[in-house]
Amino acid sequence: MNERTLPCERPDTLPDELFRLRGAVPADEVGAVRASSFGFFQDAWRRLRRNKAAVGSIIVLTVVVILAYSAPLIAPYNPNMQNVPYANLPPRIPGISVNGMNGKIPMRGQWVDRYALANVPDDVHYLFGTDEFGRDLLSRALYGTRISLTIAFIAALLDLSIGVSFGLFSAMRGGAVDSIMQRLLEILTGIPSLVLVVLMLLVFKPGMVSIVLALAMSAWAPMARIVRAQTLRLKRMEYVLAARALGMSRFRIALSHVLPNISGTVVVRAMFSIPYAIFFETFLSFIGVGMRIPNASIGTLLNGGYKVFRIYSYQMWIPAVILCVIMLAFNLFADGLRDALDPKMKEQGDAHE
Amino acid sequence: MKRWALYISRRLLYMAVTLWLIITATFLLMSLLPGSPYNYRDQLSQAQIDILDQKYGLNQPLAVRYVTYLRNILHGDFGISLQFSDQPITKLLANRVGPSMRLGLQAVAFGTVVGTILGVIAAMRQNTWIDTFSSLFAIIGRSTPNFVVAVILQFTFAVSLKLLPIGLWKDGFRSTILPTLALSISPMADAARFIRTEMVEVLGSDYIELARAKGMSETRLAFTHGLRNALIPLVTIIGPMTVSLMTGSLVVENIFAIPGIGEQFTKSILSNDYYTIMAVTILYSSLLLAVIFVMDVLYQVIDPRVRVEADA
Repeated sequence: MNERTLPCERPDTLPDELFRLRGAVPADEVGAVRASSFGFFQDAWRRLRRNKAAVGSIIVLTVVVILAYSAPLIAPYNPNMQNVPYANLPPRIPGISVNGMNGKIPMRGQWVDRYALANVPDDVHYLFGTDEFGRDLLSRALYGTRISLTIAFIAALLDLSIGVSFGLFSAMRGGAVDSIMQRLLEILTGIPSLVLVVLMLLVFKPGMVSIVLALAMSAWAPMARIVRAQTLRLKRMEYVLAARALGMSRFRIALSHVLPNISGTVVVRAMFSIPYAIFFETFLSFIGVGMRIPNASIGTLLNGGYKVFRIYSYQMWIPAVILCVIMLAFNLFADGLRDALDPKMKEQGDAHE
Repeated sequence: MKRWALYISRRLLYMAVTLWLIITATFLLMSLLPGSPYNYRDQLSQAQIDILDQKYGLNQPLAVRYVTYLRNILHGDFGISLQFSDQPITKLLANRVGPSMRLGLQAVAFGTVVGTILGVIAAMRQNTWIDTFSSLFAIIGRSTPNFVVAVILQFTFAVSLKLLPIGLWKDGFRSTILPTLALSISPMADAARFIRTEMVEVLGSDYIELARAKGMSETRLAFTHGLRNALIPLVTIIGPMTVSLMTGSLVVENIFAIPGIGEQFTKSILSNDYYTIMAVTILYSSLLLAVIFVMDVLYQVIDPRVRVEADA
């Protein structure tokens, strides 16, 4: 019906049926519209599920985490038990007769059956082979992954809590305190994290606790910066102002109004710090200042494999592949999470200082 | 102009303070560490220890040693190495700057150029196989630690194929190829991802549309108009790039046995050569501070939209 050509001689006699509220929905369709509304995290989950790479990496990570943490149940051997007669046995997988996976290894241009040379019974199989002391590499890989993941999770959790509290406090307090805390952060970012971690490891006794502390110390500053910047932005919002006007304390505003609104950014940032921590742990163990022998971590396995990789290359390839798969999965998952939770943050979360 | 002078002097002051704090902190840490710089201290008599302490200036109180240390650093003297008997650290490190710097520069140059080309092509051919390949390469490059890349390259090209030297610094350019490649993976991945995002944005802007309407070819469009504007924000990732190169060089230099700073640092860490560790710490920190400073100034010079905050 065209509104302009309405037959309107007298305004008060206009028939109702000629009018329609524009954009209004008939009463019986209202319910249908309400059913399709989503909460913030539901919406993010829906977006994440559409990202094939992210879904794939979630599956891979779940499998890896389950395998690593059930290591005491499924590891076929004691990871630290030495058995020198069975040293440096290549992988032998039952039912597969491809060279390299059947216990044979190329030596001086010929495939030699190491299992026959070591008089290993036919029913003994080392799926990932053994290392220079005859320790089972599958068991060591399982336990090593568990240690590397544990270090990464705790370090990420620690730098998350330190960074968030520091950033929130600094921004909510403002004034001179904020200024001093900012100078402190500036100084910390001027120290290369590599140097910081190495110095911390020299001061503390080497081991899991000092690695976790060193990693957390070196990684919380960027988190604090991001949290502070976001908090300053939110502080100017009307609803925070309203809460203050109603007499809410700054501490409670920070916890109940600011924190939930920056949680997306914080979660994404924390996800990126897990692969960072895994990288740093393997890196430190690889150069020899990280985990101490005989404890296995991915880094120590890689280090051990590298020493003999000209002859027994499988000892290096196995940890290298495990490391790359875990790193790739965490990065893809974090990327997907970032796109799902905070599409505006794209390309912002990759400053690794 | 005055605002610039103020900004730069303020930044330089901050840098000096930061560096001073780093030096002080490392000095205190190193002096508080347990243990003795002498091997077999138990077998030395007190008289021998006194003589050695006097020789190295360790008999003086901490405060005096600290002031001496600061004064010496200002004169470019970092003390003597505890590992290599009585070698001055400045000389020790000066010989090693060359290889590290060459590798770093080669890796950054090669990485950013190849990464930029990959990124531009990916942006021009959005959502085709080449775009997928490029992003896949970027994420794999970001996820694979450079020491793994180094080990794989060494295994493939030096051990199996025997095409290139397995290590050492003897064959000129040929011995720099593998370490450069290993170090360039992460700048390459960063640059590719970054340039792609920037290019996609730039290629959608009005002036590009205008140039396209006037009949400019897609290639010229991308490289002359698009890339110039997409390159500006690349400055911001120089900082993280330097950091990753530092970390990378430490282990890549070890794998390829290259006489650089990184290899020396690892050796010093493993042999508790405290004075050399301190010197390298100060060196790395100054490098990072300088890079952050140059990066900030450069960004403001290139992009006038970023205002100088002299009064902040």
